[in-house]
Amino acid sequence: MSTRDLFTLRNSHFRIGVGITAAILIVTAIAGFIVLPFAQPWVKFADVWDAICSAAGVPQRAAGVTAPEQGKRLSEVVLTSNTLARPSQEAIGRGATLAQRCAICHGPTGVSRADSPNLAGQYAAVIYKQLHDFRSGARTNAVMSPFAINLTDQEITDLSNYYAYLPRLPAYHPTPQLPKPNIVIYGAPMRGIAPCGACHGSLDNKTGSPWLEGQSEAYMKAQLHAFAAGERRNDISQQMRNIARAMTPQEIEAAAAYYASQPPDVVKAVD
Amino acid sequence: MLVNRKLILAHFWLAFAVFGIALTLGAWQMFIRSPIGTWLSNPELYYRSLTAHGTVMGYVFPTLVAMGFGYAISEAALQQRLVGVRWAWVGFWLIVAGSVMAVIPIALGRASVLYTFYPPLIGNVFYYLGVVLVVVGSWIWVALMSVNLRVWRRAHPGAPVPLAMFANVAGSYLWAWTAVGAALELLLQIIPVAAGLKSTIDAGLARVFFSWTLHAIVYFWLMPTYIAYYTIVPRAIGGRIYSDSMARISFILFLVVAMPIGMHHTFADPQVGAGFKFIHSAFTALVALPTLLTVFTICASVEIAARLRGGRGMFGWIRALPWDNPMMLALAFSFIMLGFGGAGGLINMSYQLDASIHNTQWITGHFHLIFGGAIVIMYFAIAYDLWPHLTGRELIDVRLIRTQLWLWFIGMIVTTFPWHWVGILGMPRRMAYFDFGDPAIAPQALSVTLSAIGGFILLASGIMFIVILARGMRTPKIDAGPYRFALAVHQPATVPVALNTHALWVALMIGLTLTNYGYPILNLALSSGTSVPAVYVGAQ
Ligand code: HEM
Ligand SMILES: [Cu+2]
Repeated sequence: MSTRDLFTLRNSHFRIGVGITAAILIVTAIAGFIVLPFAQPWVKFADVWDAICSAAGVPQRAAGVTAPEQGKRLSEVVLTSNTLARPSQEAIGRGATLAQRCAICHGPTGVSRADSPNLAGQYAAVIYKQLHDFRSGARTNAVMSPFAINLTDQEITDLSNYYAYLPRLPAYHPTPQLPKPNIVIYGAPMRGIAPCGACHGSLDNKTGSPWLEGQSEAYMKAQLHAFAAGERRNDISQQMRNIARAMTPQEIEAAAAYYASQPPDVVKAVD
Repeated sequence: MLVNRKLILAHFWLAFAVFGIALTLGAWQMFIRSPIGTWLSNPELYYRSLTAHGTVMGYVFPTLVAMGFGYAISEAALQQRLVGVRWAWVGFWLIVAGSVMAVIPIALGRASVLYTFYPPLIGNVFYYLGVVLVVVGSWIWVALMSVNLRVWRRAHPGAPVPLAMFANVAGSYLWAWTAVGAALELLLQIIPVAAGLKSTIDAGLARVFFSWTLHAIVYFWLMPTYIAYYTIVPRAIGGRIYSDSMARISFILFLVVAMPIGMHHTFADPQVGAGFKFIHSAFTALVALPTLLTVFTICASVEIAARLRGGRGMFGWIRALPWDNPMMLALAFSFIMLGFGGAGGLINMSYQLDASIHNTQWITGHFHLIFGGAIVIMYFAIAYDLWPHLTGRELIDVRLIRTQLWLWFIGMIVTTFPWHWVGILGMPRRMAYFDFGDPAIAPQALSVTLSAIGGFILLASGIMFIVILARGMRTPKIDAGPYRFALAVHQPATVPVALNTHALWVALMIGLTLTNYGYPILNLALSSGTSVPAVYVGAQ
């Protein structure tokens, strides 16, 4: 019993096995590539070849469709694994020099006394993205936009690395630590709200999401309301808008108060 | 003739040890996302557990069972010492090393990507390398099965290959080829990204590669069970195999039609053409054929046993069956679960109906019923049947064995029926918690609670199983005699070449893979702009 006796048309198992398999393949191919495409009256094909290509999944350019006009600018920040990798001491030093003009609001040590965000020890990717968004107009703020508008790419990178390099200090006016509200621990699964920590650092950090511990309560509340109202729209794919819209005013209140009362040293470290 | 018992026992013990751990994780998952548990404050822990549970139950546990059983079949059915024992141990230790390598990053939360990998989600590279080592270890087994059969053939030119070995080798070839899809995905796509050599990945192509593996792997899981149906059960209950050729044709059909159907897992994917989805769907319908043949043949074989025991009448013979025999019990439970699971499978395989249950709890309910139920209960039966021959000691707790099988059956029904039901109601799978306080899903709380209770019954049964086997290592020594497989009513003296060799069917398997996967894979691989940025687990 060699393969010569097996792979030959004289062998009835070979004839039947290969024959039936090929027949099924041909019948299903005709059905799948020709009959069924034309069985959908709402789809128009130029010819049989067009139907076959469509059923095979050949990429086709939809004719005459143009991208919808975008009313407002969206975030266009591109971050690769090299963008902020391993900053040199000089780069951090350049950032420190540039940061002197930020100190008036964000504090000389990166901790604000003016309800602006604390930047000391913030994730570099966060600062990088926000500065780019302010510069492009994807995010606007009467005070911040004019500062960002003239920054070069290099300056933005240096600033991000400098602030990320600073130690995370307690807030200027620490308040007693509040217990975690449910919206922070669990989110609200039925409303599509994940726990805040799933992105914001206490459980996991998703690129571009800031840690929030010790930030100004007033600032966080204002941002959540701005997201909910669609006034702020530089979150990619509406990630934060979708959440803020689904939060109740009480939940916004509770989340902001909770985070403001936390010391920032609990935040997950960055690799 | 079982010579290398230590090798076989090592495989089984490792299989059941990791099974015990994964089972405990499964019960915990059930509990924690049910209304009786409190919500997890860190959902990431759920996905860690789920990755470990899925990886062990999907890759490590069944592979080890198939390997251990395969070595046993090779020695007992061919009556020939295993050739390449040293290689077999290399394979075993590769699996140990791979499992450890994969589990460490999972435990550290660095690889919570689930056992389906889910690119563009990318975990720690050691997780994937661990999985690769497990697969490589199992490929050594594939090669050894093929070599052992060849050695036997040389000594017995033209003789019919014993059915158990014929099926075993068919299963090993199926595994060798179906694992190639995931191997390509890992080696060409995921590992380069996980190792930091690339930062984008074509997730659509990765899903197509994975579907190459994902369907036929379930038949690899199924093989030991089907081999036990045909070659152990009739002997254990005092019957005979109704037809040896029918059995061979079933295994051959699995080889041919299990492979070119995996795209029924991508019905909802936009990157695959509808024509290919249709072809895969049509071939999926064919895969019911070998199972129907098997159900028919085994029922007939069981009837033979009953009539030999004096059973009479159209259905009266059923009462004459040896219902106190654990093998009989296991077979009956397995068939019932296979029946329900198969009915559910008809829904999954149809393009339109699938849309209503895609990615819902229905799917997890379905594969637990078939895999955890119909298949794994026969793994238990195989272990019970082989144990005295491996340890040289008797398993004396027959009542405990029956209780264990009953509990597994009841537990599986209690777990999976409500699990299917909430799926139909739309509950998504792979969720760490549900807000049962919300009126929209409050009515499902009862079903999910029932499932969780079923989960604990299963856990109890699993613990009993391990205890029975462990106690079976310490009972007095006996002579279990040679290990035998069932004989057919007409034990064949000669078998046509095509039913005695695998070459034709392996060729058809590969050919159909090329026709059904070739174009979709090339199309995606050669198109530009189909990659997306990788999302690294736990990284910045
Ligand atoms: C031998 C038996 C079992 C096998 C082979 C098995 C296999 C699997 C596999 C492959 C998955 C998929 C993982 C994923 O979706 O990534 C899974 C998920 C799961 N298993 Fe099991 N399992 C078994 C027993 C159990 C038991 C006994 C329980 C409960 C006590 C259980 C509970 C779960 C749960 C809760 C999930 C997650 C479902 C989801 O969230 O989508 N499993 N199992
Ligand atoms: Cu499948």
